[in-house]
Amino acid sequence: MLSPMTAPALRRLLDEIGPVDAVGVEERVAKYTTRSIKKASKVFGLKLAVSMVDLTTLEGKDTPGKVASLCQKALSPHEGDVPRVAAVCVYPSMVKHAAKYVKGSGVKIASVATAFPSGQAPLKTRLAEVRHAVADGADEIDMVINRGAFLEGELALVQDEIAQVVEACGDATLKVILETSELEIYDNIRAASFLAMRVLRAGDFIKTSTGKTSGNATLGNNQVMIEAIRDFYLATGTEIAMKPAGGIRTAKQALQFLIAVKETLGDAWLNNARYRFGASSLLNDLLRQLETQRTGAYQAPYSFSDDSSGY
Amino acid sequence: MPAKKAPARPRELLFGDLWEYDPAPESAEPYIDSRYGLFIDGKFTAPKSKKYFDAIAPRNGEKLSEIALANAADVDAAYAAAAKAFPSWSKLPGKERGKYLFRIARLLQDRAREFAVAETLDGGKPIKESRDFDLPMAAAHFFYHAGWADKLSYVTPGRTLLPLGVIGQVIPWNFPLLMLAWKIAPALATGNTVVLKPAETTSITALKFATILQQAGLPPGVVNIVTGAGETGAAVVNHATAAKIAFTGSTEVGKIIQRALAGTGKKLTLELGGKAANIVFEDAPLDQAVEGIVNGIFFNQGHVCCAGSRLLVQESVADLVIAKLKRRLQVLRVGDPLDKNTDVGAINSAEQLAKIKGLVASGVKEGAELHQPVCKLPGKGFYFPPSLFTNVTQSHRIAREEIFGPVLSILTFRTPEEAIEKANNTPYGLSAGVWTDKGSRILKMASELKAGVVWANTYNRFDPSSPFGGYKQSGFGREGGKHGLLDYAHLG
Amino acid sequence: MALKITKTPKCYVGGAFIRSESGRVYEIRSSSGEFFANIPRCTRKDLRNAVEAAAKAGAGWAKRTPYNRAQILYRLAEMLEARAPEMAEVTSDKEVRATIDRIVHFAGWADKYEQVLGSVNPVASPHFNFTVTESMGVVGILAPEEAPLLALMTLILPAITGGNSVVALGSYSAPYPSILLGEMLATSDLPGGVVNLLAGERKEMISTFATHEYLRAVAAVASQAEAVTLQQGAAESVKRVKIHDPKTDWFSGMHDSPYAIRDFVEAKTVWHPIGS
Repeated sequence: MLSPMTAPALRRLLDEIGPVDAVGVEERVAKYTTRSIKKASKVFGLKLAVSMVDLTTLEGKDTPGKVASLCQKALSPHEGDVPRVAAVCVYPSMVKHAAKYVKGSGVKIASVATAFPSGQAPLKTRLAEVRHAVADGADEIDMVINRGAFLEGELALVQDEIAQVVEACGDATLKVILETSELEIYDNIRAASFLAMRVLRAGDFIKTSTGKTSGNATLGNNQVMIEAIRDFYLATGTEIAMKPAGGIRTAKQALQFLIAVKETLGDAWLNNARYRFGASSLLNDLLRQLETQRTGAYQAPYSFSDDSSGY
Repeated sequence: MPAKKAPARPRELLFGDLWEYDPAPESAEPYIDSRYGLFIDGKFTAPKSKKYFDAIAPRNGEKLSEIALANAADVDAAYAAAAKAFPSWSKLPGKERGKYLFRIARLLQDRAREFAVAETLDGGKPIKESRDFDLPMAAAHFFYHAGWADKLSYVTPGRTLLPLGVIGQVIPWNFPLLMLAWKIAPALATGNTVVLKPAETTSITALKFATILQQAGLPPGVVNIVTGAGETGAAVVNHATAAKIAFTGSTEVGKIIQRALAGTGKKLTLELGGKAANIVFEDAPLDQAVEGIVNGIFFNQGHVCCAGSRLLVQESVADLVIAKLKRRLQVLRVGDPLDKNTDVGAINSAEQLAKIKGLVASGVKEGAELHQPVCKLPGKGFYFPPSLFTNVTQSHRIAREEIFGPVLSILTFRTPEEAIEKANNTPYGLSAGVWTDKGSRILKMASELKAGVVWANTYNRFDPSSPFGGYKQSGFGREGGKHGLLDYAHLG
Repeated sequence: MALKITKTPKCYVGGAFIRSESGRVYEIRSSSGEFFANIPRCTRKDLRNAVEAAAKAGAGWAKRTPYNRAQILYRLAEMLEARAPEMAEVTSDKEVRATIDRIVHFAGWADKYEQVLGSVNPVASPHFNFTVTESMGVVGILAPEEAPLLALMTLILPAITGGNSVVALGSYSAPYPSILLGEMLATSDLPGGVVNLLAGERKEMISTFATHEYLRAVAAVASQAEAVTLQQGAAESVKRVKIHDPKTDWFSGMHDSPYAIRDFVEAKTVWHPIGS
């Protein structure tokens, strides 16, 4: 029970970690969009982005066949000198199907869980879902935080649930989805980032969004979160990873996100253990641009296998 | 993977060369002539002086063009043309004058890329800045003032705004085309005609601008451009035909001009130097404040009269802010201004570079601590790395004198009162910055700071509708908005 | 001699060119009496749809910078100037010239009227107090029969300069200038839905203009009887109504005024303490 003299939890947290000015953030990220990435540095960036893709299918109509096709694309996105993606990302019931194709290949299996995307289910069932997915072979779990509790001011509850999911993951890596569109303002996103990071392990992720609302990853919310990661690392030494998800459809956008990482977190975060893209149609645009760089000619979309569209 | 306890090692971020940006040179043509005459009475003419001086590119020290040197007779011819054009120009209905200004704005937008490259070559600023700031803003100034030309009665309800006559205008080298726009647009909107002298190290875009005036069909003599150095400037300032002089430049020269005009009856506006305090409170949004500090002092290599050249940071967050600043400096790219990824370009001239170096040396000598990020500067041309001085106090030369370069002096304060005292403890008064999360504090600081422009939770924001100008020795008069128009007219 | 392709006049609504939902048209003839074209005869349902389009476009238009709105309006003048002879054939050189100048005049107000209509207020307490204007939303316009281009634009311009979106009914007897105007609006960078131009009979739509709650203001050139209809109908939604005298001289410079914009903006006053 809060004593009348205690400020709300969010206020206290923001006093610790500092506020964010939205206009200032937009000005900073606008500078990323005017960077000019050409030639070898473009090829490097595109390949890096391919290696960071969590190739995703999260639809009610997913079937083992769809997942099989997604996995094939993940393992060999295109002929030529193109890296594999980082992971496939599916619903818990599809994990065992994905495992048939990618287990042991280096491509990880990420499963959403905790009543994705809304999170509106009893904690018990959410945790059970996590354990089930891990048992079926998931290497990574993408969970959603309790936004209702956050917006009510029940920050301790939000954090405690995350800690319990960490435990349920066991050896699996955890990605914590903040659902930026529902938190809405940058102050909230920064606060939620810290709430999560304080109970995560090195190598776990914070993630922008489920991709199921109309507002997903933007350079702005990416910036707020990677600044939080940076501040947390400098204060504690723990390296938390980042995953923007949804809304990143073009190679051009992906490169801008990587520029943000390069200029905010530096070299140590420019790899797929520390940064991922939650995307599906992005992959083919990356491949298309790589092919353009290789041949010098603009490419048509139909030259690239269509096993991954939708996100 | 379960985490082990984080190993004990010094925590820093690595901004290395894992992913380097390849060179990205701007390739658009600037169309710079090998030689430029003066622009008088609607035509380019050879100077009566028969002399020319070289335009040098700061990026590599190479010659770009030859610029006519106007002598007293040339300046006289320019004033004669402006005086001749004045009666019909001032009697044109405002809406027709406005139409010329709208045309000029549109033509500048059409040719923006060409002009941006020329501006970068001649002045040294990054192409990113001339392309994304100088050119759009110059066009916007003409567009905004075009719309006032037929609405002057709303600027001074109850009185009439009447033009002054021929205006003599002398502008600096830091925003050559933009300063030209700030001067010419309001002068023409209010019905005056103009003789303008660009800075001797940056004449090219002003002379290219003359071709826009020709394309716009501006009546001959309404704008005249005479190029040269100090002597030409003195001829412009002292000419008897000038009804008003508008000067932007150093405080030192501003004082000379003010003395020279004593007793002449000429109107005068001065936009001079500054030593702005950028004040950061502990409750500020710190990453955005750091961005604002960086914009404030490294934008245009610090060649900005309103640069936030003194950081006043609240003591309780000083270490944190300075650490963030140093980190941010590591990803600032210093180099060839023609490269699209360059953030900090070339210093405008060898002379200015020497001035900066001299003041920086004084800072070191007087005991302040210098920090510069590791950066590879080009071999030729004029360059200086972004620099921070900590442990600076009010008595240091680097805290009192305008450096006009990419050098930030960092001081601390404890309370709002102290911040205001330190901020105002200068003969300058052009601008100031305040960073805090508290609205009432912003308004209180704004009301107490003796500065003509106060930026709160932002810095170096400009708009044609927003009046700009200083207190104290930063000059008098305002440019932009309704206030700026008043300085180009008298009340009937 | 090759047969000419005749134009099908359509109304510019929601950024597209439409026929009336009723399918009805009415004929207009040339000055020599020959058949000229069939004009959509809009209904109150067309008006309703146009209001929806205007509402959808309005938020975006209001959020644009004043400079951006100014440039778009100026471009409208560029479009009209380029096709001035064509427009003059259905109005007059004088009317086209006056319209172009008025558009340029209001383009020049877009990034300035705030400095005339707004204020910082010197209150007797330690507060920063300022008044800013804000667009009302969707505005209805009823243009007169005469000066079918100039009067129509004189009513529309202050509304859109102030950040509103507009549904306008033009002249019944001379609808063709409004048809051409729609084409010029479509090529001026103005977002679709900011201006919507209907054609048809005023008496079929006037009460909807008066009573539609989403129209926050109506400006009309109206007879006394029509004014009563408008003002009474407007009362239920507390709509702001501006009536113009049918005898107005549309060429007069009196219309070139920021106070015309004031009719279509709200004033918002904000207080904030000044203190540590």
